[in-house]
Amino acid sequence: MHELGIANSIFEATLCEAGLHRCMRPTQVTVRIGELTAVDPGALQFCFNALTRDTEFAKLKLKIEVCPRKHRCSACGTEFIVNGYDFRCRRCGEEKTDFVSGDQLELASLEMEQYESVTA
Amino acid sequence: MNQLPLEKKVLKENDRIAAELRERFLTHGTLCLNLISSPGSGKTSLLERTLQSIDGDWRAAVLTGDIQTENDASRLRRFGFPVKQITTGGTCHLDASMIERHLVGWDLDAIDLLFIENVGNLVCPSSYDLGEAAKVVLLSVTEGEDKPLKYPSIFFKSELAVITKTDLLPHVHFNITEAEENARRVHPGIDILRVSNTRGDGITRWIAWLDKRRTQYYSKHAVATV
Repeated sequence: MHELGIANSIFEATLCEAGLHRCMRPTQVTVRIGELTAVDPGALQFCFNALTRDTEFAKLKLKIEVCPRKHRCSACGTEFIVNGYDFRCRRCGEEKTDFVSGDQLELASLEMEQYESVTA
Repeated sequence: MNQLPLEKKVLKENDRIAAELRERFLTHGTLCLNLISSPGSGKTSLLERTLQSIDGDWRAAVLTGDIQTENDASRLRRFGFPVKQITTGGTCHLDASMIERHLVGWDLDAIDLLFIENVGNLVCPSSYDLGEAAKVVLLSVTEGEDKPLKYPSIFFKSELAVITKTDLLPHVHFNITEAEENARRVHPGIDILRVSNTRGDGITRWIAWLDKRRTQYYSKHAVATV
């Protein structure tokens, strides 16, 4: 159950980034989670909601994009999504293919809205 | 509404510390291996065998992680190498900052081989880079042969899979060939060794793997320190 720590890292990074922009409030943070990261999207969403609830960021949404495992064929260069554990090239059938992506744990983007500062 | 592209790692603070550790290990010529498995697969037993078997020119050290108790450190200290226990108090994995804190007081120039024994867990430790040169996953024959398929992340990220408790093979329904095929389905290039910590089978091959890995690492270290 490391999703709580990861949710906390996402929350902290969001606040840190939003803090750089005056009079802007974060409304949605988008993350990319590769299928090889062993992070459960449902548990991550649950933990994120638990962290933000009862804070001034209770309306902040977490959007999770799950990224499949991708390989590239060493013979023809085709990039393809790996289904199950079949790593052969979808186009030419070559056995030797190389890992391209699928272990991402990245902050993709942040949506913010403007608000009137009471002290300004 | 404004959309701001971020393109940053979620665990960037952990990754930053891990990158610093990796650089330190390389500068000092310390080969660091991160051992990961389910609880009870034989990480501590493999380390006991290792510390018992390595000859005099290997200066080893161990950081061993558990949620509670000093038991593993006590078992490993008997061999005369530096050992520190990391008790996480509930956290199910080690992170890079725990490694950084527990290295304080150790002279890395006097350590050729640093073993990190992670908290027994096949899921969470796979997300946290500890600055190691390689991850090593252990799978015992009392677990299922489909474990690599159920927990692909750690088998994909490990350079070596060690199948342990092979002395129990006659007593359990475990198809070792199928387990190895499954590990290779997840990670086609993975090295695989079979060991019995109780009987000592395969330990020579494990030590030879360490030796080969250390030679590779030293050539990298030589380039880095020129």
